[in-house]
Amino acid sequence: MTGTLARKPYTPKVAVERLRQGDVGAWPVVGGLVAIAIVFSALNDRFLAPENLTNLALQMAATGTISLGIIMVLLLGEIDLSAGSVSGLCATIMTIVHVKQGWSPPAAILLALAAGAGIGLVHGVMFTKLRMPSFVVTLAGLMGWLGLLLYLLRQGGTINLPFTGFISGLSDTWLPPWLSWALVAALVLVPGGAAVFTRRLRLAAGLPVTPLWWLLTRIAGLAVLLVAGVLVMSADRGVPLLLIIFGALVVAFDLVLRHTTFGRHVYAVGGNAEAARRAGINVTRIRILAFTLASTLAAAGGILAASRLSAVNQQSGGSDILLMAIAAAVIGGTSLFGGRGRAYDALLGVLVIQSITSGMYLLSVDSSVRFMVTAAVLALAVAIDSLARRGAPR
Amino acid sequence: MLSATGISKRYGAVQALDGASLTLRAGEVTALMGDNGAGKSTLVKAISGVVVPDEGAITIDGANVRIGTPHDAQALGVSTVYQDLALCENLDVVANLFLGTERRRATVLRHIVMERATRDLLEQLDVRIRDIRVPVAMLSGGQRQSVAIARALIGEPRLVILDEPTAALGVEQTAQVLALIGRLRERGLAVLVISHNLADVRKVSDRVVVLRLGRNAGEFDTAATAQEEIVAAITGAAR
Repeated sequence: MTGTLARKPYTPKVAVERLRQGDVGAWPVVGGLVAIAIVFSALNDRFLAPENLTNLALQMAATGTISLGIIMVLLLGEIDLSAGSVSGLCATIMTIVHVKQGWSPPAAILLALAAGAGIGLVHGVMFTKLRMPSFVVTLAGLMGWLGLLLYLLRQGGTINLPFTGFISGLSDTWLPPWLSWALVAALVLVPGGAAVFTRRLRLAAGLPVTPLWWLLTRIAGLAVLLVAGVLVMSADRGVPLLLIIFGALVVAFDLVLRHTTFGRHVYAVGGNAEAARRAGINVTRIRILAFTLASTLAAAGGILAASRLSAVNQQSGGSDILLMAIAAAVIGGTSLFGGRGRAYDALLGVLVIQSITSGMYLLSVDSSVRFMVTAAVLALAVAIDSLARRGAPR
Repeated sequence: MLSATGISKRYGAVQALDGASLTLRAGEVTALMGDNGAGKSTLVKAISGVVVPDEGAITIDGANVRIGTPHDAQALGVSTVYQDLALCENLDVVANLFLGTERRRATVLRHIVMERATRDLLEQLDVRIRDIRVPVAMLSGGQRQSVAIARALIGEPRLVILDEPTAALGVEQTAQVLALIGRLRERGLAVLVISHNLADVRKVSDRVVVLRLGRNAGEFDTAATAQEEIVAAITGAAR
């Protein structure tokens, strides 16, 4: 190993330098979350109470799942405006076949997910084969799928799901303490073990490694966060299954994006589609797959939302859910310009948005103020994104 | 190693190439020069499979080959670095080097294998990049050019074509890239450099091939030729 090629450990100095070059990472969001927590808990002591934080976790899941899908297309430098409508439509399809046709819940859920995948496939084909801008394709989707939703619901306008059924149960199931702690242990030991193992493999291959103390600090930090979360939620009803579903999706998509050729190619297409094409990557296939995943995740989010409401109605997937999902992705740190972002951005971003919503609700502030505050946070996030893009030297 | 003879290509009314020929040898840097519209790009595109010539033959090691697509060219060991480099600025050096040819087990990326190979290759080429895990956007122009050239070597080619490799670079970075081209020659590769810059061509090449109006307008031994002679061939003043 020559000196010129040695990787400097990630010291605070390097961190500051990378920050200045525009590689800001997750720190602005985490800082924002801490600030939000301090402000709202100072204004209302119920903000950090177990009950409120557990509700927050429940409220996050649906929007967060849709946001995860939005990230898939944002990484390509595209946009999906149809996610809200698709989530409502797929939830409606699920509810109709379950309640009216008597399908079993798992079959109904699978059909809804398949419908989402089919819709995404149509979007992807229109975008790649017909070369329509994604903005227009999904704007048409926004209106068209909403129209279909209203058509399907036209008699009555609301269909209730059985309160004690499987689908409603998704959002009213709480993990027993032993399972929560087992999950915490797994979530600390598996990535921690993998990190230490990878470090040994890198050492064996003569590659520079992150210092062990930093690795252990990070694992310990994760452990503290998870333990604190479980302690807080155990003081209320326990860890909600809904949060586990959302968390599992985030982890799965993070692994896919970082460790598979598909994920690598998504970033490549988002960074420079022409370069990706010349490198032999099937750009069309990647784009269609990303749109399909986005709509499938939108369907999953719609199912979670229907489960929480125990019903679907004409507002399902409507009002501000799409805007909040896009805002969450961007606030979390995913670039609107493509090629930059992580699956965890969905989690962080939706945490920020729901914290603001929940805090404002506790303070009994009108929703007009909530919109304005969320808009300010979104504008700030996009400003950071744009500056980061410009800050990177050409 | 590779030789193209009698290559002609017509675009509508424009005769871009009119029986041009080019011979490239292993371990030798050949510079291809000529004024705008002389047919340099078309000749290179014919060799790298981007265009199919109307007439002419290309042989590799004496055997006739057909290069119909860029993929054919790569399979025959011809690797091209275009002027725009075709790098993904948001990806790091390792990801760019293996873009489209990722080392993987099933679909899972083998990060360590790729990073080890990248470091070895950059070390051999004496390319200095402080942290190869940062996005390519954060590298200097010379470093990016070096990454693009290193990437061309991943498929173990025998001929590397460089399109205007120093056009956008400053003095120091140009020197780095020229030194890198010298190391390609030491590896026994045939190298074809397209350039407008006579000073760079004189520093790095063994031979200069000049095209003018789609035809060969001279071939010179770089060391034994005066600059004026090459300029005269490019402008046509000698005829």
